[in-house]
Amino acid sequence: MTGVLTPVLTAHWDEPDSFTLEGYRRAGGYQALEKTLRTPQDDIVAALKGSGLRGRGGAGFPTGVKWGFIPQGDGKPHYLVVNADESEPGTCKDIPLMMATPHMLIEGSIITCFAIKASTAFIYVRGEVLHVVRRVQQAVAEAYEAGYLGRDILGSGYDLDIVVHCGAGAYICGEETAMLDSLEGYRGQPRLKPPFPAVEGLYSCPTVINNVESIASVPSIVADGADWFAEMGTAKSKGFGIFSLSGHVTTPGQYEAPLGITLRELLDLSGGIRAGHRLKFWTPGGSSTQLLTDEHADVPLDFESMVAVGSQLGTRALQIFDETSCVVRATLRWTEFYQHESCGKCTPCREGTYWMVRVLDRLEHGQGSEEDLEKLLDMCDNILGRAFCALADGAVSPVVSSIKYFRDEYLEHQKGGGCPFDPAAATLFGDSR
Amino acid sequence: MPFSDEVRSRLDADADQVVARYPRTRSALLPLLHLVQAEEGHVSDDGIAYCAERLGLAESEVASVVSFYTMFKRHPVGEYHVGVCTNTLCAIMGGDQILAGLREHLGVADDTATPDGKVSLEHVECNAACDYAPVVMVNWEFFDNMTPDSARELVDDLRSGAKITLPRGPDRLCTWREASRILAGFPDGQERLGPQAGPASLVGLRIAREHGWTAPPPPSASTAPGEGSGQ
Repeated sequence: MTGVLTPVLTAHWDEPDSFTLEGYRRAGGYQALEKTLRTPQDDIVAALKGSGLRGRGGAGFPTGVKWGFIPQGDGKPHYLVVNADESEPGTCKDIPLMMATPHMLIEGSIITCFAIKASTAFIYVRGEVLHVVRRVQQAVAEAYEAGYLGRDILGSGYDLDIVVHCGAGAYICGEETAMLDSLEGYRGQPRLKPPFPAVEGLYSCPTVINNVESIASVPSIVADGADWFAEMGTAKSKGFGIFSLSGHVTTPGQYEAPLGITLRELLDLSGGIRAGHRLKFWTPGGSSTQLLTDEHADVPLDFESMVAVGSQLGTRALQIFDETSCVVRATLRWTEFYQHESCGKCTPCREGTYWMVRVLDRLEHGQGSEEDLEKLLDMCDNILGRAFCALADGAVSPVVSSIKYFRDEYLEHQKGGGCPFDPAAATLFGDSR
Repeated sequence: MPFSDEVRSRLDADADQVVARYPRTRSALLPLLHLVQAEEGHVSDDGIAYCAERLGLAESEVASVVSFYTMFKRHPVGEYHVGVCTNTLCAIMGGDQILAGLREHLGVADDTATPDGKVSLEHVECNAACDYAPVVMVNWEFFDNMTPDSARELVDDLRSGAKITLPRGPDRLCTWREASRILAGFPDGQERLGPQAGPASLVGLRIAREHGWTAPPPPSASTAPGEGSGQ
């Protein structure tokens, strides 16, 4: 019987020593690794394919298929790069995971490397999370000491090194090819694909890049089987995932559930929107996914259903805004973020985000016009799909969707000559502080 | 002024370790920049020259990398660098008011230290703690669920040297330079201190436990990966 919530990744987060090797082993940790080392490598890849696990970093590409793209017998070194650069606005699941159970990430990394025949892995963790960095560094050190890393792991003859590599503050480095450039010691700018990283990745060698939550899901799939995993979720969006509820809700936090749960169900579990208020708009998976409204609260949070309503599942970062929030201000702020984080390589993104900020700023302050909305949509047309990477596509999402659902609110700003909302009303402390 | 022999030999010993981690030397650039920032508190021209020399790069190549990443500072910041999240969600929840309050209270421009050298301020983008909004970072440690008042108290305590309690960090708040050293890959021994999780991280698990909700039971342990569960 599957529960409404299904803690697997989060199941031991409430044990005070969950981040230690002892704590992780007591919870059954590293048994999947022992099983892995007795299993042919191709069977591990097959298990991941069979599970239907799709990447948990936002794009949703099938993890096992990605592993299967790594050429074998090519004589080149293979690499795993774990994308621990969590920085999509609203996304806050990998950070607590690495804080509470870093060994789950290490065990998943070792299994992944074994499956793709890699002997070096890098965990690229954003630099702005010091205690998380400490915990991951500690887990790697403990794993070496216990013989899970290094030479001849558990007597299997398999060798693996893991390097913890800290970023230095750049959202774009969460894009997989920008991450590779950054890891090679360059400015983090995306590469043209193809060639895909599976063929030419880090140091032009075959490379798998997976998100933290994807890798952390691997030990349980290996231990309990592909069918067990696929029993949860929907037909095409299988398994469990962490849903991060934030904003104007009674109980923000992390909720691990089968894919396909709805926002309404999550709100019902957690006490709903903050008292006395109602849902206005929300992101299903970070700011790069199109905004939705209260009419979408019953749409299943899975890859297909979110696309069907014009958005994306993304990272399951549910940022909730109530009726006190100005959607124009929110959109302006997100666009300023994309402008700041655009790496500057592609003109439509670099220039487009810059000009969108100018127009949105004018609109937020009541100095725009209805034609500005058409201008914005025209700019979006010239940005979407015209840059190397998905940052540009993400930048378009809040603009297009906010105009789609809240055109009248944009126009109210112009009629009234300014923003009709009181920013204090939207804060958590109101006037009381 | 170039590094003294003493500083140089200390940096060399650490840099050797950093470079040895990577299959190709240039990959050591980001950690080396964190390392020189740990030495001086910012990435100076000397720091750039040192990294360039160690990795066989032109100084201009190193400088172009430094300017790309916001965590590298080209001039001194405070012993405690305070980042207020003003990405959309935190901003709306109160981050804008917190930042405005701190700017007024401290009277410093972004990325500039107070006259006593203790505190500097910047606005940061999403720091992956949205369930604890509004969020303030100090030397990249989390301070959760902040208000303008609690943020002002925090910076006052940082300046006066009062004891700081970290909600999701170790017992002692590192200085800016100590934090940079950890990011270069040299732990400070505090990794086992502090909680495993904050309260918001645990709400889903608590609700699941209250209802007795779990994932389905695993099939028998003998099943090999990839095989059917037979159920």
